[in-house]
Amino acid sequence: MSGDHHDHHHDNHYSDMQARVRALETVLTEKGLIDPGALDAIVETYETKVGPRNGARVVARAWSDAAFADWLSRDATAAIASLGYTGRQGEHMRAVFNTNATHNLVVCTLCSCYPWSVLGLPPVWYKAPAYRSRAVIDPRGVLREFGVTLPEEKRIRVWDSTAELRYLVVPQRPAGTDGWSEADLAGLVTRDSMIGTGLARLPETAA
Amino acid sequence: MSLCDAVSPLLVSPGLPRSGEGDPVFAEPWQAEVFAITVHLHERGLFTWPEWASHLTLEVHRAGRAEDGSDYFEAWVAALTRLLAEKGVADETLVLALQQSWQRAAEATPHGQPIQLENDPHRSRRAEE
Repeated sequence: MSGDHHDHHHDNHYSDMQARVRALETVLTEKGLIDPGALDAIVETYETKVGPRNGARVVARAWSDAAFADWLSRDATAAIASLGYTGRQGEHMRAVFNTNATHNLVVCTLCSCYPWSVLGLPPVWYKAPAYRSRAVIDPRGVLREFGVTLPEEKRIRVWDSTAELRYLVVPQRPAGTDGWSEADLAGLVTRDSMIGTGLARLPETAA
Repeated sequence: MSLCDAVSPLLVSPGLPRSGEGDPVFAEPWQAEVFAITVHLHERGLFTWPEWASHLTLEVHRAGRAEDGSDYFEAWVAALTRLLAEKGVADETLVLALQQSWQRAAEATPHGQPIQLENDPHRSRRAEE
C-alpha cells in the first residue's frame, strides 16, 4: 500500500450486485445449468433494442449543432449529461471525432470499462480478449473483419478505455443528409459506429 | 394470454421496467445478466412462471424498497438467490462467500486483464473439477 495513487487507483471494483450476479453465474455454470454463450445471446437480443440509442442522440445532436459539437469535444462528460445521460459510476467521457484524416477505435479488455449510459451493454465481442489485443496490433485488419475498409492513408487511432475514462466515437456524418432532423440522423448512428468498428449508415440504407 | 410463444413469460414479471417499445430496460450490465440467467433457467424448466412471480413479488414489496422502483433489479437478484436456494441449486452462504471472493478478485486485478475468480488472493485454487 505504498503507492502514490492510493485513493482511486483500484483499477477494478465490483459492486455487491455485480459480484452477486457473477457468484450466481459461477455456481450455475459449475453445475452445468447455464451456458455463458446462451446468456450472451439473450443479452444481445435486448441490448440491440435498448442500449445504444442514447449515444446515437448525442451524435445526432453533434452533427446538427456546431456549438454542441464544440462542447462535446471540450467536455464530453458535461455535454452528454446535459442530454440526461450520466454514468452511474461517475466515470468521465471523452468524445473522439472521426475526420477525413483519422478514424477512431475504442478498446478495453474489461466489461467494466464501457460507457453504458450512452452505449448500453457491451457487445459480446468487445469483451473478448482477442478483440483488444488484435485491435491494438492490427486495427486495420480488425476493421476489415467488421466490414470496414478504410483508405490506406487514413490514420487509425486506438483508444484504451479505463475505469475512469471512457470514449465515445463520433462517426462522420454521411453525405446526403442535409436538412435531416436529429431523430432521423440518430437512426443512422449504429452502436458499432460509436465504438469505431463501424461507420454511420448511409441515408439510402436507413430503415 | 395473447403472448406469442417465443416470448418468455418472465417478460411479464411484475414491475419490469420497459422502454416505449415494451422491451426491458437495463441501467447496468449486471441487470441484463441476471435477467438473462433467469430467462435461461426458466426455459430449462428449473422453475415455473408462478414460482418466479411469487418470489419476485415478495422481494419487490419487501419493506425498505425504493418507492421509485430504482432498486427493482436488486429485488430481482434477491428473489433469484432465494429461489435457487429453495431449489437446492445454490446455497445462500456459498453464494455470499463467492460474491465476496469476486469482489476481492476484482480489486486484485489490474486494468487491462480479465477479472477472474482465481485472482482472489484469499482463494485457494481448487484442484478438482
